[in-house]
Amino acid sequence: MFEAIAFYLFATLITVMFTITVMTSQALYALTAMAAGMIFISAFFFILGADFLGAIQIIVYTGAVMAIYAFGMMFFDTTRNVIEKRSNPRFVIVLGAFAAVLVVFIVLAPIVTTNLEAHYPIDLAVGNTQAIGMVLFTKYLVPFELAAIMLLVAMIAGIVLAGKKMDKSLTLMAEEEIALMHASSVSETLEEGAH
Amino acid sequence: MEITLTHYLVLSTLLFAIGLIGVMRRKNLLMLFFSTEILLNAVNIGMAAISHYRGDYTGQMFAFFIIAIAASEVAVGLGLLIVWYKRTGKIDLDQMTSMRG
Repeated sequence: MFEAIAFYLFATLITVMFTITVMTSQALYALTAMAAGMIFISAFFFILGADFLGAIQIIVYTGAVMAIYAFGMMFFDTTRNVIEKRSNPRFVIVLGAFAAVLVVFIVLAPIVTTNLEAHYPIDLAVGNTQAIGMVLFTKYLVPFELAAIMLLVAMIAGIVLAGKKMDKSLTLMAEEEIALMHASSVSETLEEGAH
Repeated sequence: MEITLTHYLVLSTLLFAIGLIGVMRRKNLLMLFFSTEILLNAVNIGMAAISHYRGDYTGQMFAFFIIAIAASEVAVGLGLLIVWYKRTGKIDLDQMTSMRG
C-alpha cells in the first residue's frame, strides 16, 4: 500500500519535473527542475532496495553533474534565448513516444518468453552495499577499471578543453618569461579594449 | 494494489519519451545535454527495477556503469561546448553548419 503511494507520488513528481526541464525556455528553471528530478529518482532506488545506487545517484548526479552544469552555465549567456522554431510539435511528441516504446520492445522482445536465471542472486543476509562491493570487485573488476580509465581520460579532456593557456607551463618557465607573458597578455587586453 | 515490474517499465518508457522529445525539440545545446541526462536516468530506473524483481545484481551493476558514462560525457561535452562558445559566441544547434550539410 505504502509502496504504491510512494510509487505514484514520485512518478508524478519526476514526470512533472522532467517535463519542465524539456519544455521551459529558462535555462535556470531547467537546471533546478532537473536537479529535483534526480533527487526524486534516487527515491525509486531506495524503494527498490538499491540503497548504494540511490546514494550514488544523489552524490554523483545532483552533487557533481549538476554542479558542472551550473559551472558551465556561467560561461554562457543564458539570459539570451536561443530561438527554437517549433515547426511541428505534435509530430515531435508522437515520434518521441513511438521511439521510446520501440526501444522498450526491442530490449524486452528476446527475453519476455525465456525464463531468466539470476547470475548474481540477491543475498538478503548481507547488506546492499556489501553485496554490491563483492560483485563489483570480483565479477565486474575489469569493467570497473576500464570505467576508472574512462573517467581519468574525461577529466584530462575537460581540463585541457576548458582551461586556458595550457600550452605554456608556469612551473617550467623562467621568471622573466612569466613577466613577459603577463606583460603581453596585459597589452593584448588593452588592444582589445582600444578596438 | 501491488506495484509490479510493468509499472516501473511503463514509467521508464514515459521518461525516455520525455527525453527523446527534448532531444528532438531543443536547439540550445546546453538544453540538449539536459535531455540526454533524462534519457540515461530513465534507463537507470528500468535497470534498478529489473534488478529488484528478478533478484539479480547485474542490473544495478549496469546502472553504475551508466552513471560513470554520464559523468564523463558531461565533462567532455561541456568542455567542447565551452571551446565552441569561446570560438563562435553561440550555443545554437542550427548555427553549427560549418560542414554545410
